[in-house]
Amino acid sequence: MDRSAVHDTFSFDRHFAATPERVYKAFADPTAKAQWFTGPPESKQEDVSFDFREGGKETATTIIGDNRIGFVATYTDIVPKERIVYTYEMTMNGQRISVSIATIELRAAAGGGTDLLLTEQGVYFDGLDQPQYRRQGTEQLLEALAEWVG
Amino acid sequence: MVERLCRGPATVKELAAPLTMSLPAVLQHLHVLEASGLVRSEKVGRVRTCRLEPVALRAAERWIADRRAGWSRRLDNLDEYLSNDAQSNENQEEKD
Repeated sequence: MDRSAVHDTFSFDRHFAATPERVYKAFADPTAKAQWFTGPPESKQEDVSFDFREGGKETATTIIGDNRIGFVATYTDIVPKERIVYTYEMTMNGQRISVSIATIELRAAAGGGTDLLLTEQGVYFDGLDQPQYRRQGTEQLLEALAEWVG
Repeated sequence: MVERLCRGPATVKELAAPLTMSLPAVLQHLHVLEASGLVRSEKVGRVRTCRLEPVALRAAERWIADRRAGWSRRLDNLDEYLSNDAQSNENQEEKD
């Protein structure tokens, strides 16, 4: 099998009208987070757990068609209303596909609301390039690709 | 350019039409995309038609594109959630 490790960093810079307190709560509160941190519309989730504290874990298995996508995160740094850092790994049908660090920084915006900066640094493992792993519905992927290559 | 190709195959002329860059610049851009394996083109007569080649993407690149798309969708969800939450808070305050 052709093994490789590809490194990538990406970020999103978003502004929300809500205060940093409310944006932080959307990440920290299990009921709030479940409202928006969801899988793709055609998916369902199993093994969901959420322990929001430094050293605490968050898990979910997303089922899309015949594929099971595993997510296991560990919260490593939490500064209420300002910063959340977690590491996470993802698996596809039991095989690890990536290990990442996610950093979410919140700042009160000058004109009100919140500026959110999300940065993800990751290593993505290759050697799993089999037809059954090709995601169904490539539309979303192509949108992301368009954003990526410009 | 990639955005346009997402909607389906297009000729070089169609790709260049909405862009401000010169035709040589467009061809150079296409050459880079072809070299990366993202785009394939074929010439029939005098017309070159380009199409996206998503199957050429390596697994890692797909995971990365997928991850970005996932965050983009979730941050949109978050924005919607915060807006709805603000409205329900206001309604609650009116009742109080």
